[in-house]
Amino acid sequence: MPSTTAKTLTSGRAFWTGFRDGTPFVLVVGPFAVLFGVLAAEAGLNVLEILVFSVVVIAGAAQFTALQLMTEDAPTVVVLASALAVNLRMAMYSASLTPWIGAAPLWQRAIAAYFVLDQSYACSIVQFEKAPGMSIPARVAYFAGAVCPVVPVWYGATVAGALIGTQIPESWALDFALPITFLAMIAPMLRTPAHVIAALVAVVVSLLTAGVPYSLGLIIAGVSGMMAGARAELRADVRKAAA
Amino acid sequence: MIDASTLWIVIVGLGLGSYLLRFAFLGLVGDRPIPPWLLRHLRYTAVAVLPALAVPQVVWPEATGGAPDAPRIAAAAVTVLVGLWTKNVIAAIVCGAGTLYGLLWLLG
Repeated sequence: MPSTTAKTLTSGRAFWTGFRDGTPFVLVVGPFAVLFGVLAAEAGLNVLEILVFSVVVIAGAAQFTALQLMTEDAPTVVVLASALAVNLRMAMYSASLTPWIGAAPLWQRAIAAYFVLDQSYACSIVQFEKAPGMSIPARVAYFAGAVCPVVPVWYGATVAGALIGTQIPESWALDFALPITFLAMIAPMLRTPAHVIAALVAVVVSLLTAGVPYSLGLIIAGVSGMMAGARAELRADVRKAAA
Repeated sequence: MIDASTLWIVIVGLGLGSYLLRFAFLGLVGDRPIPPWLLRHLRYTAVAVLPALAVPQVVWPEATGGAPDAPRIAAAAVTVLVGLWTKNVIAAIVCGAGTLYGLLWLLG
């Protein structure tokens, strides 16, 4: 958790504050990366492919989504569209960070964009709101600090998982690890009634459209859930304004 | 088995696409305002796509040839309940997997 409210934070101090705030996330990212490595190895990917996958994409949920759909032999377009849909939240993080670090030099923003992750976003936004007096270089330094403990663990633990995965026998019913992982990721996302509605609508539509070819049911269900969530949020806002 | 060329198209495409999503506002929009309707839809993408991906697999699992199966449904229910209760992703995965293996072993 962000732990400083100092208004005049030097870049060096800001980096180490970010580093300290980002470190606990290692406990979440490590096991998650191991699991990706194991399941990707089970799906037949070699260690190099798995490492490149994690380095290039650097987004757990989207990687799991792509892996699941590739093992189902979904068309490549559907694999990409679904995994990118899962990653649309990165655009939201990017939008939400823009008022804070949007005035930094373009090269810094270009590098920072690669490192926009659930974890770096979560602690940065809390810190920036808590200490609005931070300079832009200090904010960028804080963000870099928060990323530093997490990303090497993401790469390293993926490789560890890939090496473990090649040793695991077929009989371990790992087919079900992906659905369990997705279900486990959903619960912490259900922050408001609108999120719950989005999830429920998506589930119902996904069951109704299970027979649609090319795994397009997933896209239909995802879009339906998004629209339902947006609708529910709008209605809740109107009700709040009326109250 | 995943075809190697498909795999590389997905890795490169997903990498480029994900980078563009991350760069879109930070790099291109700068400090111009973003339409609220767009943000409103973006907020619900992951929470809609992930359950839609998981639930059909729970109801009609591939491993049983699509026949609904008690250990898998129980494991899914435990995962969601532990997730809701603890908000801890790893705890939910561990409890869900424990339920699956426990029941598969018990039911032989």
